[in-house]
Amino acid sequence: MNYLRREISAPALLLCFCLAVSVFLSIETVSFYSWKNVVNILEANSYRMILAVGMMCVIASGAIDLSVGSIMSFSAVCMAKALKAELPVELCILIGILTGTLMGAVNGSLIYLTRINALIITLASSYMYRGLSLIVTQGIPITKLPESFRAIGCGDIFGMESGVTAAFVITALMVPLFFFMKWGSYVSSLGGNAEALKRCGVKTWFYRISVFAMMGALASVSGIIVTARLNSAEANAGLNMEMDAICAVIMGGTALHGGKGNLFGTVIAVFLMGLIRNGLTIMSVSSYYQQFITGAMLLMAVVIAEFRERKARIG
Amino acid sequence: MAEKLISAEHIYKSFQHIKALRDVSIDVESDRITAIVGDNGSGKSTFIKILSGSLRPDSGEIRIGDKKHSFLTVSDAIAAGIRTVYQDLSLDNCKDSVENIFLGDEMMRGIFLDRKAMREEAARLLEEIRVSIPDLSEPVRNLSGGQRQGVAIARALRRPGKLLLLDEPTAAMGIQESRRTVNMLKLLKEKSMAQLIISHNLNQVFEIADHIYVMRAGEILASVAASETSPEELRELILRREDERLN
Repeated sequence: MNYLRREISAPALLLCFCLAVSVFLSIETVSFYSWKNVVNILEANSYRMILAVGMMCVIASGAIDLSVGSIMSFSAVCMAKALKAELPVELCILIGILTGTLMGAVNGSLIYLTRINALIITLASSYMYRGLSLIVTQGIPITKLPESFRAIGCGDIFGMESGVTAAFVITALMVPLFFFMKWGSYVSSLGGNAEALKRCGVKTWFYRISVFAMMGALASVSGIIVTARLNSAEANAGLNMEMDAICAVIMGGTALHGGKGNLFGTVIAVFLMGLIRNGLTIMSVSSYYQQFITGAMLLMAVVIAEFRERKARIG
Repeated sequence: MAEKLISAEHIYKSFQHIKALRDVSIDVESDRITAIVGDNGSGKSTFIKILSGSLRPDSGEIRIGDKKHSFLTVSDAIAAGIRTVYQDLSLDNCKDSVENIFLGDEMMRGIFLDRKAMREEAARLLEEIRVSIPDLSEPVRNLSGGQRQGVAIARALRRPGKLLLLDEPTAAMGIQESRRTVNMLKLLKEKSMAQLIISHNLNQVFEIADHIYVMRAGEILASVAASETSPEELRELILRREDERLN
C-alpha cells in the first residue's frame, strides 16, 4: 500500500498544481476560462503529448532520446517531398512514419551493438538527422502542401484538430501496451536490470531496438501534425522538442535511471506545461520567461523525485 | 541410484591474459547436492556462468544427458532444465516479487499478462519454500536479503527443472537469514532437486553437500565425498597449495 501511495503521489501533486494554476488564471484573465481556450491548449500540445508518451517508454528503459526533434523534422521533410511528388496522401504519411521508425531503429541498434550511452548516440544522430533535413531541403521550407493532406493532418474531429484525437488514441493504446503486456514489462526491466532480463532468456536486443523504433514512429507522427498545422515542412521544425518531452516525463514521476514509467503523470505534466505556456501568453508575459519557468519546474521536479526516491530506499 | 545429470569436461576459459578456468571437469548427479568450494578468484562463478549459458568457454564440452554441447546459451540452459540463482540474484529492483518470479516466463491471458494467476502462483511458490513476504506488491529493493534470495529461488523453481545452480547463496546475509536459506536448500533436496552450489563457507557446505569439488586458480584441486573428509582437511588442502604456489 505504501508503494501504491508513492506511485500516485507524483501525478496527484501535479494535478493539484494544475488545478491551482487553472484557478489562478481563471481569476486573473478573462479569456482563460473558456471551451475555446481548452481546445486551443489541447491542440497546441497534442504533438508534445505524443512525444512525451514515447519518451516515457524510452526513459523507463533506462535510456534517453535526444534525436526526436530531428526525427520529427526529417520524417516530415521526407513526407513533404513525397507530397510534392504528388503521391497519394496516405502513402506519403506512411513514408513519413516509416522514415521515423527506421531512424529510431537505427538509434536502438547502435545503442545495443556499441553499448555506448544512449545520450551520446542520440546526440550524434540528432545532428546527423537534422543535417539530412538541411541537405534535402537546402534550408528552404517545403510549403503549400496539398489540401487533402491538411484535411487529414489537422482536420476537424469532434470540434478539435485530428492531432488531439491522435494524441488521445496513442496515449490510450499505450496503457495496455506498457502496463498489461510483455512489451512494457520488458522495456521497463531494461531500465531496472537489463542483465537480469537477459539471464531470464529474454531477447533484450529486440526490446532495446523496438522502444527506439516506436519513439521514432511517434516522433514522425508529431512531425506530421506540426507540418499539417504550419502547412510547411522545414529543417528547423521540432527544435528542442526532446527537452519538452524529457521535462514532462521526469516531472510526471518516471525515474531518470529507468525501471518504471508513469504514464498518467506524464500526461498531466504535458497538460500542466501547456497550461502555463497558455497562461503566460494570455497574460502577455515574454516567451523568455516561459523558458525559464519550464527549466525551473524541471529542476524542482527532479529534486522532489530524487528526495522521494531516497526516502523510498531508506523506508 | 543417482544418475549423471550434467558433465562438464576439460573446460578452459580465459579473459585476455587471465586464465580463469583450466581443464575443469565436474560431474553433477541427480538427487544430490554438489558443491564447489574455493577462495575468491578461484573460477567458481565463471564456471557457473558457463553452465547457465551466460558465458562461453574457450574449449571443452558440456554433456547434458545424451547431448553434447561446446557451449550453452541461456535459452539452451533453460530448455535443458538448468535453473540459476546468481550471486547478485539478478532481480529487477523496481519490480515487485511477483513480477520478478515470473520475469521472462509470464503467465498470459491472450496477449495480456495474467497478474491474478501469477500472484496466486507466486504466493504458492513462496509458501512452498517457506519464505514470508507480507506485501507481494512491494518492490524487491525494499525486501530483506533472505526475502530477496527467496524470490530468486522461487523464480528458479517456477519452471520445472533438473538442476539448480546457486552462486554463493548466503553471501552478504545475516546469521538468521543464512540459516533460513540453508533450510530452504535442504527442503529442495528432500524434493529431489539436484543442486550445484558455489560457496566459500566450508562449514555450511559440509552441512548440506553430498559431494565437494575444491577449486583454486581455475583448477580442480580435489573431488571428494563430503562424508569422507572434513572442513579442516579441505581448508588445509587449499592453504597448502597456496603456500606451494607462493614458494
